[in-house]
Amino acid sequence: MVDADRTAWERRSVVRVIPPVEPRKLAKVPFVELADGRLQGVVSSGSDIARVYVSSITAGTHAFACSTNNNRPCGAVHSSPCKHLHALADEAVLQYGLDRVARYLRVEVPEGASLMSCMSGPPERTPAAVVFSRFLRHLAYLEMPDSTEPLTELHWFPAMGTVR
Amino acid sequence: MLGVQLGELLAGAPAGVDEALDVVTGFDDALVHGFARLGEERAAALAALAGALAATPLGERAGEAAEKVAAGSVSDEHLAALAGGRAALFGAVHDALLGRLDAALGRSRAAWKPSAATAEVAGNLLGGCRVWLRELAIAGWRGVDHDLVSASDQTLDALLAVPELRGAAVLLDGLAAELRASCPVATMERLPVRRWADLWTRGLLLSQAGAWHGGAEPVSGRLLLLGADVHEHGTVVRVQVHAILEPAGGSPSRLVRTSLAAAKVDTIAGPAVWRLMSGYPVLLGALAGHLSVEITDMPLLRGGDLVWKEERARAGEAADPFATARVRLGEALAPAVPPLDRHPVRIAEPVLVEGYTADGGSFDLGGHTLDVDLDRLPACGPLTPELVAASSSCLGLMRWDGGRWLLQPLAVQATVKRKPVAAHNGDWALGPTDPKVVKAEARAGDVVAVLRERAGRLLRR
Repeated sequence: MVDADRTAWERRSVVRVIPPVEPRKLAKVPFVELADGRLQGVVSSGSDIARVYVSSITAGTHAFACSTNNNRPCGAVHSSPCKHLHALADEAVLQYGLDRVARYLRVEVPEGASLMSCMSGPPERTPAAVVFSRFLRHLAYLEMPDSTEPLTELHWFPAMGTVR
Repeated sequence: MLGVQLGELLAGAPAGVDEALDVVTGFDDALVHGFARLGEERAAALAALAGALAATPLGERAGEAAEKVAAGSVSDEHLAALAGGRAALFGAVHDALLGRLDAALGRSRAAWKPSAATAEVAGNLLGGCRVWLRELAIAGWRGVDHDLVSASDQTLDALLAVPELRGAAVLLDGLAAELRASCPVATMERLPVRRWADLWTRGLLLSQAGAWHGGAEPVSGRLLLLGADVHEHGTVVRVQVHAILEPAGGSPSRLVRTSLAAAKVDTIAGPAVWRLMSGYPVLLGALAGHLSVEITDMPLLRGGDLVWKEERARAGEAADPFATARVRLGEALAPAVPPLDRHPVRIAEPVLVEGYTADGGSFDLGGHTLDVDLDRLPACGPLTPELVAASSSCLGLMRWDGGRWLLQPLAVQATVKRKPVAAHNGDWALGPTDPKVVKAEARAGDVVAVLRERAGRLLRR
């Protein structure tokens, strides 16, 4: 029966491959992603609207990094993660759910514990440029013109409701 | 749609459908493992695909391609022939299914008229797509890793900037995102085998010479909306409105579709997506307010797609979509399907279903069971599984996937707490009307505005 279900799923043109993300406020942490073997994202500076911090936590080792988009290290990162990293982790849990983030980072989170309290990796320097350019690429979608072409291709991508 | 019509539709699959899909399944399995490691069995599957087309004009080229690919020579030309062959099989399946549906509904459909009009497109961009699709075919889905997915980034960025290639861009962007989320694919428990092969095939066809809309004719008249079908992936949302066009001058009414698509990011979801389309107040207003629309000289493509031009539309009188469907749907002429668009996934025929007994995920209509696709209730509209279960009338689209017919609801009339209610997918086009949803939206803030502010400040101009 399980095999039959799997075969039926594999022979459908329209199935959901990417789990939906949950809505969240974007003002503080406009960008979060699980990619390149890291939880990574961009955190807006609390004091300077033109500055952002690029923060990341590596899957497996849980090494963490935080610097400005100009590659200057965040002053608050020493042996323990700064508030930007905490904000990143909190928003990732809102967006993807704790299970998915924990599985990606390969961390055990006991019932009721917070994600950050279960990781104790070392600080590391990772270049902010890669993540920052992925964020800019992400933002560039918002500047793309609309289209009223038929786009038949989109029949493969129905809007599937999230649980309300 | 009546019970007896549904009975006719469900009475066995049209001849040959299962056999055609078996041949496709063999080909799709070859794509899982990659053309670089075909082995005897999968080489035979490619030969079987070519064999199924032997009596057609594609036969010779498909046969040669199957042979050469099995021998290790994976060229663009051979891949195009194989993709064309796979698409032709689905075209035949599509025709058999749609023919059966038209016959059951008594729906007449226009014949396809070929046109010579094709625009020049950026050949180097399409070449970039073909390179990526070839690498995917060689590696197979099981061989896809982060580097192979990222190899598409530059091509996609360039593709997205060209309006005429938007179809290819949203398709490949959607495929790349699914592959990225599935990396490394080798360790996945199950693969969306049919789906990814469909997307690969469509991508390869689009990257030969771009899209194939053919010519357009200007039309004027009154547009009576039936409902809104919403499509979405991480970086795009599209509302496709199904409507009946009453042409000015009194020629017979026609079924048409019209589309608004906007680029977005994954964190813009739910009712917020309508804000991305605020540049189209006439169409959104008609959806939200259940109004007809007067159009003047709007281009209508041969496949029945009206290319929306906001400045050529103005709001008309009130028009209830259920009344439109009851009175006008039976007589409207359905459009022809562009030859390369013939795939079962495109079947989306508006129907009105009434007089059924709702039972969870299905309707009993005159003793026949019609499955309802409850996954396809978009988060940007008011329809819920509970409303569908409480409904007595449903305006929807007939769809076919995985060997069965499904009804995708676009609107329902239901009784909730002994009061009649109606809910349509487009009801929130000007903003949600449900206080609970308004509140949830307010909590999340205006995500579109936040990201636009960030884009304005950080993107280099």
